[in-house]
Amino acid sequence: MPDSAAVVHGETHNPALLHHFATEQQQRDSSTLGMWVFLATEVMFFGGLFCAYLIYRLAYFGDFAAASKTLNATLGATNTAVLICSSLTVVLAVWAAQTARRTLLLTSLVLTLILGCAFLGIKGIEYKDKFVEHHVPGPSFSFEKVSIPGHPGQYANPRHAQIYFALYFVMTGLHAIHMIIGIGIFVWLLVMSWKGRFTPEYNTPIEMGGLYWHFVDIIWIYLFPLLYLIDRHP
Amino acid sequence: MSGHDKSSPLATYLIIWGALLLGTFITYEAAFLDLGRFNAAVALIIASTKALLVALFFMHIKGAHERLLKLVVISTLFFLAILLVLSMADFGTRLQS
Repeated sequence: MPDSAAVVHGETHNPALLHHFATEQQQRDSSTLGMWVFLATEVMFFGGLFCAYLIYRLAYFGDFAAASKTLNATLGATNTAVLICSSLTVVLAVWAAQTARRTLLLTSLVLTLILGCAFLGIKGIEYKDKFVEHHVPGPSFSFEKVSIPGHPGQYANPRHAQIYFALYFVMTGLHAIHMIIGIGIFVWLLVMSWKGRFTPEYNTPIEMGGLYWHFVDIIWIYLFPLLYLIDRHP
Repeated sequence: MSGHDKSSPLATYLIIWGALLLGTFITYEAAFLDLGRFNAAVALIIASTKALLVALFFMHIKGAHERLLKLVVISTLFFLAILLVLSMADFGTRLQS
């Protein structure tokens, strides 16, 4: 692999190539590998929360279903679509950087930022609704006389519903923090792209930022059905 | 990684994007059908398919020639499986009593 890379990149004085790497390909592979190891730790980080969610969902299924039904599934689905579109713009940005398409690169990055902010805006609306309905865990939490789907006359246990909402806020909140960090990264990528820092030979930051953004998208792909769509059917 | 791929991946990206949006739509619609105990299974299978599409095509796992990378990805899934499966084996059997 290093031999073929050396032939493709004949010059050895590329300023983007750090001295402790033999080739640009090796430098790129090292970054990618490091990023994936970081994402592995992130998977385990979120994995603990998903595990807690699964255990409580098995234990208090009816209460979780009743609590899940108070979420706005349409807004959740819209946010999923928004994130998927942002993943497309991110992958276009990576491709544009690799093929030196400056206009597409800048447009894709701006669109990614707009979609990222739209996601957070919709999330903010949902959070506001939860505060208004007193569904935020804490002293003012209230979940009285909410019937369990499929079991007429049975009411959800507010203590168990509170566990659901605690998991909801921690999981979506942690995801939102990741989104905010991602937006910060993409603002920086936009500034660097505007200055023309990225070339087909050197675009590792865009690729790594893209990996991070797609990872955050994957987390939401699981959060949406698990949190919003428990026992929705009539 | 894919920087040396001369063919335009644009069509692939658009197809995957369409598939992901379709998956979201199906997930949303299927949740309102009464599939009994299969509702959760359908939702998780679609979510995992979407995650796989994102990882393979958007995160360029497909076409990656670095073997270490695949080792990292597979071991991530392996350790996640240990966390989830062993916990479920414990709690799942305990709560039935």
